[in-house]
Amino acid sequence: MVEHAEIRMVHRGGSKINFREPVITNDSRFLLCAAGESVNVYSTSTEEYVHDLQGHTDLVTGVVLNPSNHLQVYSCSADGTVRLWDFTDAILIKTFIIGYPIYSIYVSEKHGGVVFLVVPMADYKSSELFQLVAVHLPHSGDQEVEARELSAVLCDVSPHAGAASFGREGEYIASVKGLQLEVFFFKKQKSYRFSLKSGMKKGAKNAFTCVSCHPKEDCIATGHEDGKIRMWRNFNQKKEYTYSTLHWHHGAVNTLCFTPEGTNLLSGGIESVLVHWHYTQENQKDFLPRLGAAITHIAVSPDGSLFSTSHSDNKITIIQSCVKVSAVIQGLVKGDGVWTNLIIDPRSKALVLNGKPGHLQFYSLHRDKQLYNLEIVQQEYIHEEGLDQFEVVNAAFDARGNWLATVEERRKKGAELEITLKLWAYDELTQSFVLNTTVTAPHEDQITAMFFSPSPETTMLVTTSLDGHFKAWLLADHSDANEGFWACDFVGGYHLLKPGCCSFSADGSLLSVGFQEVVTVWSPASWELLTTLSQPPGAIRDLCFGRLSCSKYLLGASTKNQLCCWNLLTCSLEWSTPMDVSLLQADPLSENMAAFCSQSGSSDLFVFKPSEPRPLYSQKALCTGKVQHAVFAPRDQMLESCEERTQWLNRSQLYFFTQHMDLLTFSTKTEEDRLLASSKQLMVDDSVAVTPFYLLLGKHRGQQLEKQEALTNPMAERTQLPQGSIAIKELLHTPAHVLPSASFLCAMFVRSLLISSSSARASLGCILCQRSSHWMEMEALVVHTTKKQVSLPVMWS
Amino acid sequence: MASFKSTKIPIYPKLGEKVTPDTLYWKNYKAPVQIKEFGAVTSIDFSSLAPHNYAVTASTRIHIYGPFSTEPVKTFTRFKDTAYSGKFRSDGQLLVAGCEDSMVRLFDVSGKVALRVFKGHTKGVHVTDFTSDCYHILTGSDDYTCRLWDIPNSTELTSYKEHTDYIRCGITSKLNRDIFITGSYDHTLRMFDARVEKSVMTMDHSQPVESVLLYPSEGLLVSAGGRYVKVWDLLKGGQPLVSLKNHHKTVTCLSLSSNGQRLLSASLDRHVKIYNTTNYKVVHNFDYAASILSLALAPDDESIVVGMTNGVLSIKHRKSPEEKREMAGKQRMQPVYRIFVKGRNYVPKKDDFLVSKPVKSHLAKYDKQLKKFNISKALDTALESWRRNRKPEITVAVMKELDRRGTLKNALAGRDEQNLSQLLNFLIGNVVDPRFTPVLVTATEMILDIYQAVVGQSSVVDRQLVRLQELVEREVDYQQDLLEVLGMLDTLFAASLPRKEYTVPIVILSILPKCALVHQRW
Repeated sequence: MVEHAEIRMVHRGGSKINFREPVITNDSRFLLCAAGESVNVYSTSTEEYVHDLQGHTDLVTGVVLNPSNHLQVYSCSADGTVRLWDFTDAILIKTFIIGYPIYSIYVSEKHGGVVFLVVPMADYKSSELFQLVAVHLPHSGDQEVEARELSAVLCDVSPHAGAASFGREGEYIASVKGLQLEVFFFKKQKSYRFSLKSGMKKGAKNAFTCVSCHPKEDCIATGHEDGKIRMWRNFNQKKEYTYSTLHWHHGAVNTLCFTPEGTNLLSGGIESVLVHWHYTQENQKDFLPRLGAAITHIAVSPDGSLFSTSHSDNKITIIQSCVKVSAVIQGLVKGDGVWTNLIIDPRSKALVLNGKPGHLQFYSLHRDKQLYNLEIVQQEYIHEEGLDQFEVVNAAFDARGNWLATVEERRKKGAELEITLKLWAYDELTQSFVLNTTVTAPHEDQITAMFFSPSPETTMLVTTSLDGHFKAWLLADHSDANEGFWACDFVGGYHLLKPGCCSFSADGSLLSVGFQEVVTVWSPASWELLTTLSQPPGAIRDLCFGRLSCSKYLLGASTKNQLCCWNLLTCSLEWSTPMDVSLLQADPLSENMAAFCSQSGSSDLFVFKPSEPRPLYSQKALCTGKVQHAVFAPRDQMLESCEERTQWLNRSQLYFFTQHMDLLTFSTKTEEDRLLASSKQLMVDDSVAVTPFYLLLGKHRGQQLEKQEALTNPMAERTQLPQGSIAIKELLHTPAHVLPSASFLCAMFVRSLLISSSSARASLGCILCQRSSHWMEMEALVVHTTKKQVSLPVMWS
Repeated sequence: MASFKSTKIPIYPKLGEKVTPDTLYWKNYKAPVQIKEFGAVTSIDFSSLAPHNYAVTASTRIHIYGPFSTEPVKTFTRFKDTAYSGKFRSDGQLLVAGCEDSMVRLFDVSGKVALRVFKGHTKGVHVTDFTSDCYHILTGSDDYTCRLWDIPNSTELTSYKEHTDYIRCGITSKLNRDIFITGSYDHTLRMFDARVEKSVMTMDHSQPVESVLLYPSEGLLVSAGGRYVKVWDLLKGGQPLVSLKNHHKTVTCLSLSSNGQRLLSASLDRHVKIYNTTNYKVVHNFDYAASILSLALAPDDESIVVGMTNGVLSIKHRKSPEEKREMAGKQRMQPVYRIFVKGRNYVPKKDDFLVSKPVKSHLAKYDKQLKKFNISKALDTALESWRRNRKPEITVAVMKELDRRGTLKNALAGRDEQNLSQLLNFLIGNVVDPRFTPVLVTATEMILDIYQAVVGQSSVVDRQLVRLQELVEREVDYQQDLLEVLGMLDTLFAASLPRKEYTVPIVILSILPKCALVHQRW
C-alpha cells in the first residue's frame, strides 16, 4: 500500500446541505449550514458559496449562532466536539471536547456560556437512548478545551433537530418524543410531561414530530404525524393545560418555526407548501406553494426578514418577506436513488444523473455546483407518499451532445408498466435541450440499456428491453419539415432471450448485445448478426468494447464471477479471470478500464488495459457495499504525471457513488498540491471577492494606494515592525472581536517583549486600547527606542 | 417556485394521408356540380377565349357550357350518329367534331348549321384538331388513316396510312403548324410532319394508346394506354423517360395543370391521379362515382371537369379566396381594445422605469379544478358532451392524470344514474380504441368495482353494461383472430427470410391481454 499512497480517495462535493437547520446571520448576509464534515457559508443575496469552516472530523450535526456574540457560531459534530468559529473569516476560535458523539445543539441567550447538547446516554450504549445535557463551556485561553462537566437536563429525548426548543426568554425548554411532550422549567428545576393517546383507531397519528416555542408568550406549537399542529398553553402545571388544534397539512408536519416577534408561525411538510399561520388569528393563513420538494427545516433570520426552507432534494430556498423566493442554494440532489447511470454531458462536461423527481440534473464537478435541472417528465408532481410517480430510469447522450435520450417509467401496483422514451435535441439558441420526439411504450417491458452510436455519420440509438428485443432508432430525415423525428428502424432478438446490456464499439461499426449467456455481435450498417460469443455459466451483466489500441477486444462481465475478454479478430476468448465484477467502465479517452468487484461486503477497484496482463492500479476495500455507478470524467487540464501508478488519472478522473450515495473520486498528490496553492492564492484577499470587476478596478486602486503611501510616508520603509514576535503578529492581524480578553493579552504581550529585551536591539511597543460599550477597538502604536527601558502606558477607558 | 403544469394531452399521429401543399391545393374545390348528359361523355374541351366556355361531346350532341352555368349555352345536334372529339380553334370562333358516320363537321360557335363538312374517311372519326396556323384540320379515324384538311376550300391535303389499327388519339403541335402526333390501337405513337410523306418518329407504347399530350415546351410527350402512362423525350428522338403504373384499369385521359407542374390522368378505375412532373410521384388523388372517359382543366385550374361513362358530367369549381377569408373571419373574435390594443405601440422613453407584468398562463377548466384538487369536478368537466365527443383524448388524458394521482376511484364514485350512463356511454365508444384502451380498461374495472352493488337497480345502466360486455367479447374474438393471422404471417416470414429478423405490430399484442382481463370479470 505504500506505493499507492500517492493516490487518495477524496469526497468530491455533493454533501448534504439539508441535513440540519441552517442559520441566517444577524445582518442577513450569510447563511450557514452543516454540509458533511464542514460548515458551508453562503451569501443570501447571490446564493454563491463564500467559504467553509473546516475542522470537524465527522458529520456536523448542528450549527447555532453564539448568543453572546453574533459574529461567532457554534457547531457540533458526531466527532464529539463543539467548535466556536468566526464565520466571516473562517477562523476556528476554540474547540471544546465533549467526548460523546453529539446529535443536536441548542443555545439560549439567558444561559450564557452554556450549550445544550443531545448526546447518547452513557450507560445505554447499544440502545438508541439520548439525553439532553447542559455543558458549561470553560473559559480558558487554550485552543482546545476539554469540557467534561455535563449536567443532565432531560432524559430520553429525540436526537432529531427540531425536537426541542427554548421557550420565552429561555425560561423553559420543551422537547418531544413519540407521544410525549416534556417541558422543563429552569427556575423551578422541574419538568412536566404531557402525553397524547396514540389515536390509532380514528386513523389519527398523534406522534409528535417537531416543536417550537413562542418567543414572547407562553405557548408551544407542536407538529404531528397526521398533519395537525397543536398549540399548547397554560402548561406550567400538570392539570389545567389546554391545547388547540390547527389542521391543514395532509402529511406529517416536518418542521415548525415561530418568527422572532412571534406574530407568525411557519410550518412545512411533504406537500412542499410553506404555510404561514397568523398567531392569534389561526384561521388566516397564507401559502407559498410548489417549492419543489418536501420541506425539512425552516429557519428565520433574527430580524425576521428572511426565511429559509431546507428541502429533501438537498436544496435551501431563501424567501424574502414571506412571499418571494429570492435565492435557491442547490446541492447535488441524491433523492431516493440514482437509476440512471452517471453520465458526462459532452458539451458542458457536467455530471448528469437523476435530480429532483422527474428531472435530470447537470452538476458541474469542477465547480461543485448544480448547473441546471432539465425537466423530463413534464407533469405536475403530486407531493404525496405512496404514490407511483414517473421516474427517469435511463438517459444517454450522443457523442457530440446534440441529442439526449431519456426513458421514464412508472410501475403501478398490479398493472402494467408505463414507459416513455423521449428524445431531446440541443438548441443552440436557448442553450438547453428541447423535446423532439416522444415514444410511448417503446418496449413492452423495462428498458435495460440504452446507448447512442458513437459514429459521427449516423445518429442511432439502441435500446434493449426485458421483452426480448432490442430496437434501433434512427433520426428520420424529413425534407419538408425543418426538423426530423425519430422512428424505429430495426427490431432484433436472439432466440427470445432477454437482452441485459449492449455496447457500441468506439467507431460505431459493431454493436454487441448480451442475451443472458450469449453475446451477439451485430453490424449496425446492415443489421446482420456477425457472430455469437459465449462463455457459460452465468448471464452477461456488463459489456464493454476496448478503445484506441485495444479496440479489437470485447470485455464481458458475467454474474458467475467471470470477467472475459474476447478477441474480435479471431472471435475467440483471449483471457478470463474469476472476478465478481459489479461494474465495468471504460475510459473514453484512453485504453484503460475500471472494474469494480464486490468481495465480502466491500468493493475493490482494478484499473487495467485489456491488452496487458497486469493491472495498472488496484485498490482493495475501497468502500463498504457494492459500487453501482461510476464514470470517467475528462479533466479540464491534463496532468503530466509520468508515474506509472498515477498515469491512468492523467486524462480523466474516475468518480463513483458508494452504497450510501457518497460521491467519491481519486486524486493524486500533485493535484492536491495544486488545489491547495490555488486556494491559498484566493486567501490573500479575504475581504473582497475576486470578481472580474475587482480584477479590473481593485488592482489598479491597490497600486495607487501603495504609491500614495510611499509618498506620504517615506519613513515607512525604514521602520521595520517587530514582525518576529508571534504575539504581536497575532495581536495585529486578528480581528478585534475575536481576540481573547485584554488581561490575557496583556500578559502575553509583556512576555513577548521580555524575551526581545534580552537581545541587543529591542523593540518596544505600547498598546492603547479603548473599549466602547459594545466592542473593542484597538489601536496599536509601536514606538522604537534604543534604551533598555520598558514602558507600557496602558489605558483602559 | 414553478407554476402549475397543465395536463399533457398526447398528440396522436393522424392516420391516412399526410397534409402537403398539394393536398391543400387540390382539396380547395367546392362540392362538384353534376349534370346528366345523354350518353357517355367522350370529350371535353375548353375554349381559350376569355369566358372559357367548354364543349362537351356526349352521344349525338355537343353542348357548350359557360364557366358557371349548369345549362348549356349552346347545343349542336346536327349529327346523324355518335359525335366525337368536339374541339375549339385557338381563337375560340370555330369548333370541329368527328362523328361515327365518318364525316367531320366544322361549326361556327355562334351559328347552328355546320359551315363545312369534310368527307373522305370511311369509318368513324374519333380524333379532330386544328393546326396551330388555324387553317388546317387534323383528323384520325377507325379506317387506320389520319388526314389533314384545308378549311377554306374543304379539301383533303394529305393522308397517312401508317397505323395498322384504329386511331383514337392525336394532337397537333402548338408551335409548328406542320407537326402532329397520333396514337393508335396498334400500340404505336407516330409523329408526322406535313411537309414529308412519311412519319418522322415512331414510339412503341406496347399498349393500345388512348390519349396523348404534349408539354407546353413540346419537348416531352405523354401517352396513356392500358394501365400505363408513359413519358417520352421528343428531343432525344422519342426516348422513353418514365413509365407510370398507378391505375388498375385503362387510363383514358390526360391533362396538364395550368402551370405545367402537375400531370393529371383519368382512368376507368374511377380515379384521377395527379403527378408531380419533376419526380412523377402521385401527389393527390380524386375519386369519382363511375369510370372516367374524359377530363379537362379550366385555365388557372379554376375548375376540373370530368365526364364519365354513365353520362354524368362533374364540375368542380375552385373556392374563391373571398369565401375562404369569410370562413376564417367568422371564427376570429374582434380584439378587445383594453387587452390587445391599448399601449401596444407605446415606446418607452429614456428614463422610464420598466415594470414587466408577469404573463398569466391560461389554464383549461379541468386544469384549474385539478390544481385545486377538485377531482370529481375535473372529471365532470372532462366528460362534458362536446369534449367527450369531439376530443376524447382530453377526457382520457384527464382520467389518466387522475389515475396517476391515485384518485380516479374517488372521482368515479358517487355518481347518479344519468352521470353513470354518460360515463358508460363514453366507455362503450372508446374502450376498444387502441389509443385509449390502457387507461379506459382501468377505469372500467374501477366502475365495475364501485357500482357492482347497484347493478339491477337501473334498466338504463344495465343495458349499457350488457352492451359493454358484448363489445369487449367481440373485441377479444377479433384480437384472437388477428393473433392467428399474425402467427400465419410469422411462419411465412420465417420461411421466406431464414436469417432476417422481422418487426411485429406491437399495438395488437398490447391490447389483447387488457381486453382479456376485462373479459375475465364477467
